[in-house]
Amino acid sequence: MTAVSDVSSHAIARARWRPAEIVFWVLALSCAFLFPSRYLIMTDILRLALFTLSLDLILGYAGIVSLGHAAFFGVGAYSAGLLALHGIINEPVIALVVAGLVAMVLGFLTSFLVIRGVDLTRLMVTLGIALLLEALAERFSNITGGTDGLQGIEMQPILGMFAFDMFGKTGFFYSLIVLFLLFLLARRIVNSPFGLSLRAIKNNPLRASAIGVPVNRRLIAIYTVAAFYAGIAGALFTQTTALASLDVFAFERSADLMLVLVIGGTGYLYGGLIGAVVFKMLQELFQTITPQYWLFWIGLVLVVMVLVGRERIHRWVLWGPNLIIRQVFGRKAGVAVPESDAP
Amino acid sequence: MTIALETRGLEKSFGGLRVTRDLSLKVEQGARHALIGPNGAGKTTVINLLTGVLKPNAGRILLEGNDIADLAVHKRVLRGLSRTFQINQLYADLTPLETIGLAVSERLGRGGDWWRRMGTRDDVNQEIAETLGRFHLLDVMNEPTATLPYGKQRLLEIAVAIATKPRVLLLDEPAAGVPESERHDILAAVAALPRDVTVLLIEHDMDLVFSFADRISVLVNGAMLVEGPPDEVARDPQVKAVYLGEAADV
Repeated sequence: MTAVSDVSSHAIARARWRPAEIVFWVLALSCAFLFPSRYLIMTDILRLALFTLSLDLILGYAGIVSLGHAAFFGVGAYSAGLLALHGIINEPVIALVVAGLVAMVLGFLTSFLVIRGVDLTRLMVTLGIALLLEALAERFSNITGGTDGLQGIEMQPILGMFAFDMFGKTGFFYSLIVLFLLFLLARRIVNSPFGLSLRAIKNNPLRASAIGVPVNRRLIAIYTVAAFYAGIAGALFTQTTALASLDVFAFERSADLMLVLVIGGTGYLYGGLIGAVVFKMLQELFQTITPQYWLFWIGLVLVVMVLVGRERIHRWVLWGPNLIIRQVFGRKAGVAVPESDAP
Repeated sequence: MTIALETRGLEKSFGGLRVTRDLSLKVEQGARHALIGPNGAGKTTVINLLTGVLKPNAGRILLEGNDIADLAVHKRVLRGLSRTFQINQLYADLTPLETIGLAVSERLGRGGDWWRRMGTRDDVNQEIAETLGRFHLLDVMNEPTATLPYGKQRLLEIAVAIATKPRVLLLDEPAAGVPESERHDILAAVAALPRDVTVLLIEHDMDLVFSFADRISVLVNGAMLVEGPPDEVARDPQVKAVYLGEAADV
């Protein structure tokens, strides 16, 4: 029956790799060879990209707003730091996963508070949890090092083979591989029936439950997964910088994250990645021009962006690349644009 | 006859306002039952009570003899009680294919699959294609729902409810707001609903009610006024009084 094959091909089409995606990852990899002196900032971008990917999973796909996502980043960061500092787990990859799992447990436990209520409640609850953790980290300074942070973290070689170097080369490739693997997992998740049910919940939770979707259970699941992602991002931060201080929990970190995602676009996985690149490059640029007032310019960019509309900006920016891609891969190819302009 | 859906002494108040009063309703297996009443009679509240959006203050709701009054909304759907919505409550960004696919996946207990991609299960695809075909949605299956003509959206509304394979279907004003030119498709789709699905129709449009229903319940001020076959209800002096009093809405 042709209708059935139509259905399956349309359904699968969404999950197919587009040429632009392959170009994106090849570019990311080639940056390592194009800018060998900029490993540190590039690693910074990768960490932020992973962190933003985490927020996109809950905000862009499931519609859960959060102003306290740094809670999980911070827990991942301190977990990785403590594991390394006390020599509990010396191998970085295992420590990374464990730190992610610690954040995940916290995500699961707090999800019950967060899924209750509407947007404003969620903003306050997430914000509150992050502030709470920051205060706890300060209070228990014998464990966390208080305002000084964790001192003297020494990272062992990855898999016992690749030592972290002072130029950050190992850290960059390590972060890139982690980001790519977790991106693949996220890609799988959002294109599954589970991912579809999240989009349905975001669209209309009442209707979702009216066709048999267990709304709360799905929200708990994705919030827990997102906490794992954020925890991994935090752990990467500690492992690649050998630092963990109270500012991992800072409100600014959660707020910046929202900015990054809004700049990149919500509801498609590349939003977080592109947002991270643009945000960090703008930050670099403005900090060189006016070290004191760079935030002013970031703010201005954000206001302009919201007024002009991101879809229009995307069209302008992608006009060139799309032209080339269409020449090479044929008419239908193109760079994915976000589904909705709404943050 | 077996009873598919029954309420016993259902009560709901909002503050001091009693919107559902001691409502006892029996819908027979396979029936085409209509629930009518003037504006503000509490029809929507009854639907919300039946589907679990609202919790009753008192009374029981039985689906095929089992009390479902304490079940969550999605669990009632899995038990076989589905509804359509009066105003569009569809997923604006999702396509008809995805909307139906979601309902089918959830019914088969596959909605939580996070590793398998959509479109890779033959049984699901088969069912999506059948449902889309039955409701004339194959040609628009890959377009975002928000861009479809209103008539198609109403069809999708019924299609997604049918995709949950209900044994009892609550149809909430299926033809409301549909332009005259597209009305025929909706009425045909309603008439073609499988006979083994019990239908409770909540409707304002008396032409539709009398052409469709084999039994009618009249709700006034949250309480049951009259119940019986269409010709009896049409002759009933109380019903006439209520509807004449309310003027041209009939």
